[in-house]
Formats: sequence, C-alpha cells, structure tokens
Amino acid sequence: MSAVLSIQDLHVHLGESHVLQGVTFEVPEGGVTALLGRNGVGKTTTLRAVMGLTGRRGRIEFAGEDVTQEPTHRVVRRGLGYVPEDRDVFAGLTVEENLRLAVRNGSANYDLVYSLFPELRTRGRQAAGTLSGGQQQMVAIARALLNENRLLLVDEPTKGLAPLLVTEVAHALEAARERTTILLVEQNLGVVRRLADSVVVLETGRVVHTGPARALLDDRETVHRLLGVG
Amino acid sequence: MSARQVRNVAIPVVLLVALAFVPRLSIDIPYVLGGSTDTPGTLQLLALMLVFAGVALTYDLLFGYTGLLSFGHALYFALGVYLTAIAMTKWHWSFAASLLLTAVVGLVLPLLLGSVSLRVGGIAFAMVTLAFAQAGQILVQQNPHKLTGGEEGLGVDYHQLPEGLVGVFNTKHLYWIALGYAAAVFAIVRWAVESSPGRVWQAIRENELRVEVIGLRPFVFKLMAFVLSSFLATAGGVVYLLLIGGATPEVTTANFTLTLLVMVVIGGTGTRWGALIGGALYTLLDHRLGSLAGSDAVDSLPSVLKTPLQEPLFVLGVLFILVVFFVPGGIARIDRLGRRPRTLQRLEEALHTTQEPA
Amino acid sequence: MDTFVLLSITGLGLGAMYFLVASGLSLIYGLMGVLNFAHGAFLTVGAYATWYTESKLGGVGNVGVRFVLAALVGLAVGAIVGAVVEIALIRPLYQRHIEQVLVTVGLALVTTALVQAIWGNDARTVAVPSWVGDTTHVLGASIPNDRWIEIAAALLVLFGLEAFLRRTRYGLIIRAGVENRAMVTALGIDVRKAFTLVFAIGGVAAALAGVLSGVYFGTVDPSRGTSLLIFAFIVVVIGGLGSIRGSALAAVVVGLTQQYVNYYGSVHLSALGGLGDLSVVLLLGLVLLARPGGLSGKLA
Repeated sequence: MSAVLSIQDLHVHLGESHVLQGVTFEVPEGGVTALLGRNGVGKTTTLRAVMGLTGRRGRIEFAGEDVTQEPTHRVVRRGLGYVPEDRDVFAGLTVEENLRLAVRNGSANYDLVYSLFPELRTRGRQAAGTLSGGQQQMVAIARALLNENRLLLVDEPTKGLAPLLVTEVAHALEAARERTTILLVEQNLGVVRRLADSVVVLETGRVVHTGPARALLDDRETVHRLLGVG
Repeated sequence: MSARQVRNVAIPVVLLVALAFVPRLSIDIPYVLGGSTDTPGTLQLLALMLVFAGVALTYDLLFGYTGLLSFGHALYFALGVYLTAIAMTKWHWSFAASLLLTAVVGLVLPLLLGSVSLRVGGIAFAMVTLAFAQAGQILVQQNPHKLTGGEEGLGVDYHQLPEGLVGVFNTKHLYWIALGYAAAVFAIVRWAVESSPGRVWQAIRENELRVEVIGLRPFVFKLMAFVLSSFLATAGGVVYLLLIGGATPEVTTANFTLTLLVMVVIGGTGTRWGALIGGALYTLLDHRLGSLAGSDAVDSLPSVLKTPLQEPLFVLGVLFILVVFFVPGGIARIDRLGRRPRTLQRLEEALHTTQEPA
Repeated sequence: MDTFVLLSITGLGLGAMYFLVASGLSLIYGLMGVLNFAHGAFLTVGAYATWYTESKLGGVGNVGVRFVLAALVGLAVGAIVGAVVEIALIRPLYQRHIEQVLVTVGLALVTTALVQAIWGNDARTVAVPSWVGDTTHVLGASIPNDRWIEIAAALLVLFGLEAFLRRTRYGLIIRAGVENRAMVTALGIDVRKAFTLVFAIGGVAAALAGVLSGVYFGTVDPSRGTSLLIFAFIVVVIGGLGSIRGSALAAVVVGLTQQYVNYYGSVHLSALGGLGDLSVVLLLGLVLLARPGGLSGKLA
C-alpha cells in the first residue's frame, strides 16, 4: 500500500519552543490513521505544518510529490482537505456561503454533505457565527467532504461536543473513510477505537510509536504511559 | 575594563572631540557640504544634522528599543519649539524662565498623555499617539489668541536670547550646543538602555508577556521610556528653535514623525549608531540634494529624470524604499545586507496578532 | 434651521469623501493587515490625472464632457496604480508587515514629492460644469450643488461595493479573508489575487475621492491626499476594519460632527474654528481607549 502522505524529519519552532523535533511517519492510502499523544505534544502543529500554515523544515510528500516548497493553496488543490481544531468557519458568512467557498472545481458533492448533515440545508441562510459548536463542526467537516480529496487532515473533531454529536461526527467520518484517507487527531479514544486502522504516537516532538490501532489500544499500560489516560 | 568596553567609550569620546574642533577647521568637501566647515552656512547645516541625529535617536528609543510605534512624536518636538518661542516672544519671559517652563511641561505632558496612550498597545497605540499629535497640529493652526502664528509660524524675539546665541558669527556656538545635545542624547540613551530599566524595555520589545510573568509591570517601564524619549525630543526642539530662529507648523505634522521613522529605518533601528547616522544623513541629503540637482551632472539628464531628482524628498523616498527592500537592517547593519533584523520581527509581532501562515 | 441644513449636507459631502478613502483602507487592512499610508498618494494621483487630462482635452465637447472623461481617466489611473503598487511593492514583502507599512510610507513621500516636482506646490483649478457651482434650495438653505455629486458618488460606491462583496466569488473570498486569511488559503484559494484586486479597488475609490475633492475645493494640490488620509484613518478605526458599512456610518458621523462642532463651537462657545476637527481627532482617541480593537473589534 503506498503512502498518501510521507513526512520526513519535520522540525517546527514556535517562538522559542522547538515543538517538532524531527517527526517522521507515513500515512498509508485508504483508511484512518490516528495521530495521538498528550496535550501540547505537537499534534495540531504537525497538521498545520503539513498544511504549510506554519514555518517548517523537513520534507513533505503528498501523493508521491514533494510539496515542501509549495504554498498552502496549491498543496490543497492537489486534494488535501482540512478540518481545523477550532473549526474556523467564517462567522460573517452564511452556512451556504461557507460551503460554497470551499468548492474547488465545478462539481461538489452536496448530496453527500446534505445527507450526512441535513441541518446544513435547512440552515443554509443562517450566519455561521450564530450556529452552535456542534453545527459549526458539521460545517467544518462538510467543507472537507465537498471536494474529492485524497487526504483529510482532521483535528479533534469531537472536542467539546455532547455525546450525541460525537456519534454524528464519527458517523460522518466513517462515511468519509470510504471515499478518502484520513489523518485524525483525536483525544477521544472511543472514537479512535471505532475509526482508526493505524496509529502514530507523538511524545516531546517526536514519533515514539507506530502500528495497528487495535494493538495499541488493547495495551492499557502503553496507552497509559504514552497518552496519560486509561 | 575589557577591550570592548574601552572601545565603546573611546570611540564616542574621540568622535565628540573631533567634531568639537570642526568649526576651527577649514574642511571643504565638494558637493557634499556646499561650503567649508568654518563658514556659518555649513556650520548651520552640520548643527541641524546633529540635532536631527539626536531627535531620531529619541524616536529609536521608543521604536527600536522598546518596540513602541508612535505616530505622534512630532508633538513633543513641536512642544519644545513652540512653547519656548511663545514664552519668549509673546509673554516676554526670559530665556532661562522659558527653558524652565518648557522643561516642566516637557516632563508633565508626556507623563499625562503617555499614561493614557499606553493603556493600549500595537496599532491602537500608534493611532492614539497620532490623534494627540493631530490635536496639537490643529491647535497650532488655529492660532488661539494669536499665540502660535498659525500657518506662518512664529519668529523668536532675539532680545530674549543670550548674546552668544544670536547673530551669524555665533553660529559656531549653536553648533556646539547642537553637538552637546546629540552627545547628551547618545550618552543618556546608551546609559538608559544598558541600565536595568533599559533591559526591561528590550525584554518588553521581545516578549511583553514574559515580562509580566516575572512580576514586572510593563506599563511603568513603557511609560518611563515614553517620558524620557519625549523629553529628549522636546529638548531637541529647543535647540532647533535656536538654530532656525523661529517656529513653523511643519514640525507639528504627522509627516514630521514619519520623517523620523524614515531616518531611523535608513540608519538601522535598535542599533548604537543607526539612528544618529540616519538622522544626520537624511538632513544632509534633504538640504544638499536641492543644490546638487542644480549641478552640471544632473542638468545634462533628460528632464524625465531631472525633474524628480530635483526634489529631495523624492530621492529620499526612493532611497528609503530601496533600504526597506534590500537592507531592512539599515546602514548600521550593512554587513548583514538583506537579512531582516530581529527588531523589526519583534515589532511586527507586537503590532499584529498574526492570523495567517508563517 | 437653514444653517443646520447646510451644515448637514456639507457634512455628508465631506463624509462622502472620507468614506471613499476609508473604504479602500478598510478592505486593505482588513484583508491584508497592511496599513496603507500610500492611500493618500492614490488620491493625489487620481486627482492630478484628472486635472491633467482635463487641461489637455482643450476644446473637446463642453466642460461637462471634458470633466467626465477626465474623471474616468483619473479613476482608471487610480486602479492601475493601486494594482501595480500591490504587485511591485507589497507582494514581494509578503508576510513582512512592518516592511509593507514602511514601503507605503516611502511611496507616500515619493508620490507627493513627484507631484510637487512636476507641477509645483500651487493649487490647480479643476474645471467643472457651471451648474456645479450653483446652489439648490432645500428647506430654506442654499446648498452648493457639488455636495449632491459627492453624496451620489459615495452612495453609488457603497451599493456597488456591497453588491460586489455579497454577490461575486471574489467578494466572498474577500469577506472570508478579512475574517481569517489562513483558512481561506487552507481551502485551496490563492488570496494573492484578492490582494491585488483589493488594492485596485482602493485605488479607484481613493482616486474618486481625489476627483471629488477637486470639485469640492475647486482645486487640487499635492497635500490634499495627506490631509484627507488622516480623517480616513479615523473613519476606519471608528467604523471597523474590513467593514464597508461601518466605514459608511463612521464617515457620516465624522463628517457631521466636524461640521456641527466647527460651526456651533465657534459661534456659540467662541471656541476656535477648528473645534470640530479637534473633537473628531479626540473621538478617535476615545474610541481606541475604550475599545482598542476599534468599534468592530478587529483592529488589534
């Protein structure tokens, strides 16, 4: 199985902090790879670095091409979707405008999006800033599903959501999994267990563990040591 | 004392002594000076260069060292110029009394306005300082009670000035005063920057949050820097008044503050000599480019090139743009050419919450 | 009463010009984070291009035709200059905001100096159709007709800009970019084209303000850009960055306040004639101290 994303020796400095200290891993094509680790270890920074939203050193290959020097918008146009940690929906735009903005080529999969999130259709003209956290999360995920992407970077999609919404999000990601590859940052191990095929674990800016998801999650000691939970 | 410390003291002192002798010497640099150094005209120019070297340094104290971008520095310079002129000419105060008045107001005003302005940071601070300076400009233009002379400005009553400062033959005295001013500003700023409060200023420029975490209140230190910088600028205004013999509204404008910004950037912000170099060089070019434009070399150029070149501000503006592009560190950092100095990096962070990719 | 009406319409006329300059400034800062000091230069360039074209048109048609043609040239020049400045000076300094601001300062100096060098410091007369100089009677007041032109122009630009922002793709991109530029690029959109567009729009609007100032004052001069720019900054801060409607509202408030306080201050309080200018400037200070982010909260 080829890797849709390959990160080699990624270094990121934020201010005076050396956040990523040589992160190297691959995301195999198809399925869900979970990026795990304690708070503050650099998971979000890794996704942002791949997106080119922060200065970085290292090598990034996407769909077999070296995209290290490419500007963000060009990498994205190769088929990269992004669901950021803070959702980053445009508050002053309507739901419909938020979605429309994300459409890259002529064809957009509104059917999929509206079937997963029917509320987005009914609330189309509502200003996104007036939506609840859960609804904004739907917009953020929907944006990434509208286009045909080879890889989705999804950052803590269930953060702060009520259990019912967590299930909805997980369901949406399952639908997405059938169509594309996902690199998922997630603290909720239940969701990880449900979705992830393989895991990559970060600690102090480096990769300390990679492997099948089930194997790690069944090993409570290691989970506790690496993730501080359980 | 280490070799470096000796050098740091020796070089400025030697320079000071050398410059002090200039009026006695008869140096003539063709094209550049327009006259030999013992002539009043040239001494006047050199004195102006020194004054602006000093004033530019007062601006750099805020901008390059403390990371505060002010668009209203002209207000304090203008205070020195106008208040002294008004006191002597309109109220017929003695020279000494006028100086005292200006000194007191020059301390109190920035204390008051600074306390208010520094409640906000970044762009908001820049705009508030601009607002206060604009208020000052409007006030001067309105000519309340005929005090400021409005558009035409205000000449100084020579009878109130000490004899040694009046008259063309005494230009060399004014030159020495200007030199003394520049030297004083240099010494004070140097001392202040290297003192404990000075280190805090630079720390504030680097990372204000961390300063708070240590338990210091940035506000107090910023206010200190603001008052010191403004007071020294007011002093510069007084020297300027003595040199020029009158007050004109040009010194109250936002343009004037921007000129200081240009001087500081061209010279190199946050460096030991940068602001001095920038201030002196700018003033020199501003005064001499006009004459240079009349020279034969320029005269032979086609009028498309000749016309703009005759306007000093055009040349200076283009020079400034080139510096920003290719030598953002300024002349003082010319060895580092294209690399962006950390001062600007930090200033940027202080001014913008970056909501964008790095 | 008739004085009040005259003051109000004049205030709206001035506000119209402030709005035109502020709208471009607001979009540029909102979208790009650049404090464009060269905006006054766009105004000056537009004003002088208009004057110059008019003076060269000689006997073509009548005054009205000449003026309109010249104004169109002025607007075109404004757009082109805006776009060129962005591409040549701003874009290469991408993400170096301080340098971008400094470059605009340099450009402002250069432009004013250039205009002074070529045409001197004296004010140049702009010829307009004679009806512009006449007055219309409204509610007992005699309103100079140029005020109507300014107000009409500003309303046109206001509605035009709003339509552009709400109905076109680039308008959508700009509105989103003002909120969160990074996320727009994260959606695969090249914001740089939007940058150039916004500078061009700013150039046209400022040039229009320049043309109108020529009508209002009857002349153009090299310092016009700078003096209007200060008020535009005030309007932008009070009205909010990236907000066209905010700028429109703030421009009206500033223009009216200036007129009312200037007049009533000097008449009733025997205060200085410039009390209005002063109060507007202090209003800026007050707003910022109360809300450092400006009234829309986006400044800081």
